[in-house]
Amino acid sequence: MARAVTTRRKLVFTILGWSIGFLIFFPILWTFLTSFKTEGAAVATPPQFLLFDWTLENYHEVQSRSDYGKHVMNSIVISVGSTLLGLVLAIPAAWAMAFSPTKRTKDILMWMLSTKMMPSVGVLVPLYLIFRDWGLLDSRLGLVAVLTMINLPIIVWMLYTYFKEIPGEILEAARMDGASLMKEIVYVLTPMAIPGIASTMLLNIILAWNEAFWTLNLTAANAAPLTAFIASYSSPEGLFWAKLSAASTMAIAPILIMGWFSQKQLVRGLTLGAVK
Amino acid sequence: MATLQTRATARIMMSPAIILLFLWMIVPLVMTLYFSFLRYNLLMPGTEEYVGFLNYQYFLTDPAFFTALGNTLLLVGGTLLITVIGGILLAIVLDQPFWGQGIVRLLVIAPFFVMPTVSALVWKNMLMHPVNGLFAWIARSFGFQPVDWFAQVPLLSIVLIVAWQWLPFATLILLTALQSLDGEQIEAAEMDGAGPLSRFIYLVLPHLARAITVVILIETIFLLSVFAEILVTTNGGPGLQTTNIAYLIYSQALLQFDVGGASAGGIVAVILANIVAVFLIRLIGKNLER
Repeated sequence: MARAVTTRRKLVFTILGWSIGFLIFFPILWTFLTSFKTEGAAVATPPQFLLFDWTLENYHEVQSRSDYGKHVMNSIVISVGSTLLGLVLAIPAAWAMAFSPTKRTKDILMWMLSTKMMPSVGVLVPLYLIFRDWGLLDSRLGLVAVLTMINLPIIVWMLYTYFKEIPGEILEAARMDGASLMKEIVYVLTPMAIPGIASTMLLNIILAWNEAFWTLNLTAANAAPLTAFIASYSSPEGLFWAKLSAASTMAIAPILIMGWFSQKQLVRGLTLGAVK
Repeated sequence: MATLQTRATARIMMSPAIILLFLWMIVPLVMTLYFSFLRYNLLMPGTEEYVGFLNYQYFLTDPAFFTALGNTLLLVGGTLLITVIGGILLAIVLDQPFWGQGIVRLLVIAPFFVMPTVSALVWKNMLMHPVNGLFAWIARSFGFQPVDWFAQVPLLSIVLIVAWQWLPFATLILLTALQSLDGEQIEAAEMDGAGPLSRFIYLVLPHLARAITVVILIETIFLLSVFAEILVTTNGGPGLQTTNIAYLIYSQALLQFDVGGASAGGIVAVILANIVAVFLIRLIGKNLER
């Protein structure tokens, strides 16, 4: 029997819930609104909430900066590229761990996770020097490689927890029917694993898109993704709030929408299956 | 035979990921360790020489290290305090049935998806700016003197920004845990005359204990190396007031080009992080057995 919910109680929590939601979301909403203001209106006191002259000028201006498109492309290439590369490496590994586990499987998984605990700053110096010597500084290739390795443990772990839930008998049945290993993977495992792979992919694109240690330290102008591009607005004299807002809105909108769609898998992915 | 073959295949399938990850971990770490025993400055090439533990001695006795360590602890501790307590309260509210629950949930988790550089700049300029910022306007409307956030309370300002980014994470995980709480148990406690507070202390909190531990440990790992928020707002200043360990090492390496010193700092950071990691690995490992 569910507890009786009085309308009054529900009303109280509706007001409370929406107020909290509004407050937490407000900085994002404010950025969104400011992106449609003129620079003058953006810094006006008292602040103008909705009654201002809406303009698309900032979006035009940000986009007409020839390098903006480049930074968007860098973000896409780096986040999608590192995620796909990570999947290529992780799918066979997670498959093997989930379906032919040995005594050491658990240790390997734990070890993979432990590499994630290493603070980036602990390996900043050698990585910077290697990148400098190999000419990888400020290159997309270098960042794809770094972000692949950073997220690989999470990708393996997420895939492993998803693959674990696929009943092994089905694979055995396919094997009995004479399916080769490749066929087993392509025709049996993959279709069943697609939802898990998709949510792993989504979460990792989000993580890679927002990664802001290596992207800031290993790029300058050419390979800088949006995280680094936005950081260039931090110069003290360059207070162009409306343009900052327009650039920010464009930088976070696609990821925010993806995040909203993947929110159900988020908890599981972020806690590596510790909370479901 | 078949199993033997399967096992060999399994090993081949795992090896690329394992080998690459191993190299990724061990090569830079060994290099950091090696550099940490050298006098090595990029501005003075050719003068590298073995100096034993001198770099460690300098790093660990540098007053900047203690300031940075203190700032790191305050940053991690402050953010954890806000996000865990706030997260529990928010999760309890969001767990109640009300109109538009789904939409509010989306609003609450949104900050987690905002890239750190954006949230830091938006908060610093549009909200916390002492003249044109929204907070300043609110303060003035109530007749108060506006706070000059980054001049008066720089570390607290960073804590607030980081807490805003991580509150959704804590809320979402605690909410998920809360939803698995047995409703009948609560009902039984209610019938036995347990008030809301004792229900919270004796039923809800123990049920959330695991999730709270997970939140604390995962957040700690990320919060120990907060970097972008500091870089775009304060550059570690004023003075060293917002310099944490990560930023200190960064400035030694890429601003002062002191490879040896920064490497020693890096090793110290790795050791600090590992202390936390041991707990997390154990916790998640336990869960794997169940």
